[in-house]
Amino acid sequence: MHGPDIQWDVVLSALLFATGALGVMLRRNPLIILLSVEIMLNSANLLLIAMSRLHGGEDGQIFAISVMAVAASEVVVGLGLIVALGRRNVELDVDKLRTLRG
Amino acid sequence: MANFLVWVVWLVAAFACLASALAVVSFSNPFYSALALIGNLAALAVLYLLLSGEFVAAGQVLVYGGAVMVMFLFVIAYLGDRTDESPWSGGPSWQVVGAILAGGAILAEICVVVGLKAGGLLSKPQHIGRSFGSPEALGRAFLTDHLLAFEVTSIVLLVAAVGGVVLGSHARLESH
Repeated sequence: MHGPDIQWDVVLSALLFATGALGVMLRRNPLIILLSVEIMLNSANLLLIAMSRLHGGEDGQIFAISVMAVAASEVVVGLGLIVALGRRNVELDVDKLRTLRG
Repeated sequence: MANFLVWVVWLVAAFACLASALAVVSFSNPFYSALALIGNLAALAVLYLLLSGEFVAAGQVLVYGGAVMVMFLFVIAYLGDRTDESPWSGGPSWQVVGAILAGGAILAEICVVVGLKAGGLLSKPQHIGRSFGSPEALGRAFLTDHLLAFEVTSIVLLVAAVGGVVLGSHARLESH
């Protein structure tokens, strides 16, 4: 079984990363910014797994699983912050969040 | 014939991946964006399978598509219907143009750097054994060469759980 070469996965990963970065820069809703960050993390994971396949070692996949765990932690903290904002009836718009006073 | 089928599966998965990523960025309703991200994660799991990452693909579906996305959908439902503005409505503002230019610049940078540094090496993948990417092989690697990463990951998850509880607790709000 011989499918597409690794370079196609690299191109796809670059496109996904650019899409996620576009979302982070374009959107103002913190929820969608978090979702776009997930896209960027996943594009890095795709690249790690592609390189792991290229070099024939499992280290890249180990790294990808660690990235997954870090992404899950980041989502927990990010969503906790957003829920805390929502409970104070602050408008969910990162352009309007200017102070960090509690 | 097998090569052709692999190509078809790869192309379908890659297209689904890119289309759902664009959908995540474009939808005005965060609920639809989260649903589109589930499609993105499923398509990525197919790509991982094509790259012999069986265990990572299973973990992707379980951890991301299951746990993380359920948490996202729950929080979006908890916050209620606060429909955002669509990023493409109201004509091109300088922010939209700047963001698209910066995104294109990131894409060009990645392609140029990878192409210059590794362009010729990418088309010759190593031969791999049958157990590559299996749970057994990954578990062995985790418990021998990468034990520190394994333990640090558990601490990171614990700290995140404590942080989530602290951020979400009512007690801190009521003490004011």
